[in-house]
Amino acid sequence: MNVKKADLVIIGGGPAGMAAAIEASKNGIRDILILERENNLGGILHQCIHNGFGLHYFGEELTGPEYAWRFIDEVHARNISYYVETTVINFGPDKTITAINSQEGLFIIKPRAVVLAMGCRERTRGALNIPGTRPAGIYTAGLAQKFVNMEGFMPGKSVVILGSGDIGLIMARRMFLEGAQVKMVCELMPYSGGLNRNIVQCLEDFDIPLRLKHTVVAIHGKERLEGVTIAQVDEHRKPIMETCETVTCDTLLLSVGLIPENELTREAGIIVDRRTSGPVVNDCMETSMEGVFACGNVVHVHDLVDYVSREGARAGECAAAYITAEGDKAEGGEIQITAGKCVRYTVPQKIVPKGQKNIRLFFRVTDIFRKVKIVVKANGETVFERKRNKVTPGEMESLEIPGSILNSPTNVNELLVEVQNIEEGQ
Amino acid sequence: MLYDVVVIGAGVTGAFIARELSRYELKVCMLEKETDVSMGTSKANSAIVHAGFDAVPNSLKAQLNVRGNKRMPLIAQELGVDFKQIGSFVLCHSKEDIPKLEELMKRGISNGVEGLEIITGDRLKAMEPNITAESIAALYAPTAGIICPYELTLHAAENAVENGVDLKLGHEVTSIRFDSNIFIISSAQDEFKAKFIVNAAGLYADTVSMMAGDNSFSIKPRRGEYVLFDKAHGNLVNRVIFQLPSAKGKGVLVTPTVDGNLLVGPNAEEIQDKQDTATTCSGLSEILRTASLSVSLPSTGDIITSFAGLRAGADTGDFIIRASEGNKRFIHAAGIESPGLTAAPAIGERVVKLLEESGLRLVQKTNYNPSIKYGKAARHMTGDELNKLIRQHPEFGRIVCRCEKITEGEILSSIHRTIGATNLDAVKRRTRAGMGRCQGGFCSSRVVEILSRELKVPAEEITKFGGNSRLLMGRTKHNLETNC
Repeated sequence: MNVKKADLVIIGGGPAGMAAAIEASKNGIRDILILERENNLGGILHQCIHNGFGLHYFGEELTGPEYAWRFIDEVHARNISYYVETTVINFGPDKTITAINSQEGLFIIKPRAVVLAMGCRERTRGALNIPGTRPAGIYTAGLAQKFVNMEGFMPGKSVVILGSGDIGLIMARRMFLEGAQVKMVCELMPYSGGLNRNIVQCLEDFDIPLRLKHTVVAIHGKERLEGVTIAQVDEHRKPIMETCETVTCDTLLLSVGLIPENELTREAGIIVDRRTSGPVVNDCMETSMEGVFACGNVVHVHDLVDYVSREGARAGECAAAYITAEGDKAEGGEIQITAGKCVRYTVPQKIVPKGQKNIRLFFRVTDIFRKVKIVVKANGETVFERKRNKVTPGEMESLEIPGSILNSPTNVNELLVEVQNIEEGQ
Repeated sequence: MLYDVVVIGAGVTGAFIARELSRYELKVCMLEKETDVSMGTSKANSAIVHAGFDAVPNSLKAQLNVRGNKRMPLIAQELGVDFKQIGSFVLCHSKEDIPKLEELMKRGISNGVEGLEIITGDRLKAMEPNITAESIAALYAPTAGIICPYELTLHAAENAVENGVDLKLGHEVTSIRFDSNIFIISSAQDEFKAKFIVNAAGLYADTVSMMAGDNSFSIKPRRGEYVLFDKAHGNLVNRVIFQLPSAKGKGVLVTPTVDGNLLVGPNAEEIQDKQDTATTCSGLSEILRTASLSVSLPSTGDIITSFAGLRAGADTGDFIIRASEGNKRFIHAAGIESPGLTAAPAIGERVVKLLEESGLRLVQKTNYNPSIKYGKAARHMTGDELNKLIRQHPEFGRIVCRCEKITEGEILSSIHRTIGATNLDAVKRRTRAGMGRCQGGFCSSRVVEILSRELKVPAEEITKFGGNSRLLMGRTKHNLETNC
């Protein structure tokens, strides 16, 4: 079998992978190879033709394709190599990558470092166990988006959307603008899983009803979808059957969550966090396998591509440092970051202290909270806090904490992030 | 054209009857109402090749199951179908039930099942480490196995077609007349003449029988629901794990599938509507709950799909494989419920024998080829074999379905093979594209595009499974006036 060499292989050429490649190149790594399974770089951004991208990263509002092209142009300008229509089919414990494409056939690469940037996939009907028939007309929101925005086809004309994740909200607007009747968006939880700005701009502006605490309990139609039965759910998220109502529609779009694609990660034996479904990483975005870094939606599902790019750049920078300083790795104790009260998870999950100036933490809260403060404790003592008017599970929180707190009090071995009520002050 | 035999129904039973008939110098036609073969009971079942211990001794079910099981390894090889003889366990969850397990073993021995033994204690735990602590003993049947039922049906039907059988898809039989010793079989589009008819119409075998004036039996559909778990859990059990029927119910099975998923099901519910393959909330919870007696199941979030199939059982309780009382040239292969998949090759042999007894002259073909003309599927190739293929046909290096790692080459082959795929689900059954954990979320649009290109029809006309199951409803920017 064909064997190739590269210093750094990046699996996935979406926003995370491209940012990692560019940053590694800026840090002096020349022999970089991006492996992308689709026929062009850019990932899912190409089908996100709406705007709102780049406000944080570029300070301007771009569409998905525009945002992608900023990075694609830079990949080209830096002469970074990439293969498209190339799928990694195996990732071994010694960092050996087996991939396939039509030019090279099945081939092997043994790089010095790897960045995992495979992104995520959409949760399907199966995972929700929605009973009923199995007609045509049930799509994940992302697939519908691809049909409409990339291929120019309408997946249906009368639509119910289950799940108020961002793609579902965006698709409610898209389908409406393309002339479909969007009957409602049902959300199991008492709050939306999407960004507030999308609720306003995609639903409220078009009078599309958002039915909170509702789910789809049955699907009707033998060949093409003819309708769905929806019901309100109780506090345990169980449908209240007395509230069942049947809604006629020819299309059901599912926007019920994204799942990081970590099959390769698991096969390689890398530790995966059950809460994020992504690899456990340190503040260098390094996974439990030395020299293997990860970034973007494969680590945890982001709301904003801008943060994905930042995370990618961090992974690329650290992968470059790893390659440059090979065999010269600083051996230091790791500091665990614990998700405390009302915090579902943090990324990174640990820190390797080596005099960092700042550390960026991402986390999600477990419920909607108003007038709270985010508190960071080192060995049980509060070392940092920030006030927030409102935090919600649908919006990822980010915190930049000064590196100096790792040294005070001495020998910090645990950081804890929690949400506190301002009034109670505890 | 006057056919010697028309086989009505292209499920696994019809396919194996047609294949068996294709050994002889005969003009044979298979009629199927759906747009593909294997569209009824054959596509949604437990996918098990049963050992044959639970059918009533001397019943047709018992005889043909054991015979089918013995023939399956060679048939799978000839037809290029993946078959894994992993064995099965019938688990027993209480001491009081051990005599029932012994009873089952005795029955199996009298049916001619080989290698049966009762396993307990440490050996049981060593063979199946993940079964529950309550599972105290098991009847082990090493000859049981797992197979893909629609692959088996498709390849058997294709082998029949390659040996000269005509296959007419989309022909639902609407009437049968017998005139001057010839059957005239009508569909909405055409008429077919035949000297003999085989009724392998599955759920509709009673309807077809009545068209010929025979109402000696009726088919009572029994629905079975299943859930399929992600491949990450395919090795939760090593064998097909049944449960001993008990006061709590008939029990459900937990098994790896031949493609590496974990399959759990079925329940059994008598229904009226022969098209009602809807899953139900209560059914799905029932199978998950019952299966948990055998093994601790993965989280429901790891379910990739659920489905239901209808058993086509007859009110007589056994397979009905005999000539019609009114006309000996009309042969029934009806009431084929479990273990029908296993028995299908033996049903084929038996039906041909019955036809001969009814006067069909059998002359062996000299050029009969029992092997399917296609080689190993790309997904089963070694690296070197695959590289050789990619050098000749680069499309076998382009992966379209990322979850199951299915290439464009395999999708093209599925469309252009002997019985080619004409819709999304047909591609899925032939290649596994869309069968994985994303359930076609990423590849469906590509498969639609490839189908549209290869079949030279607009993408809007591509269906999920024929009929009115269109996937797309026109192009964008065509109906803006509805809202604005």
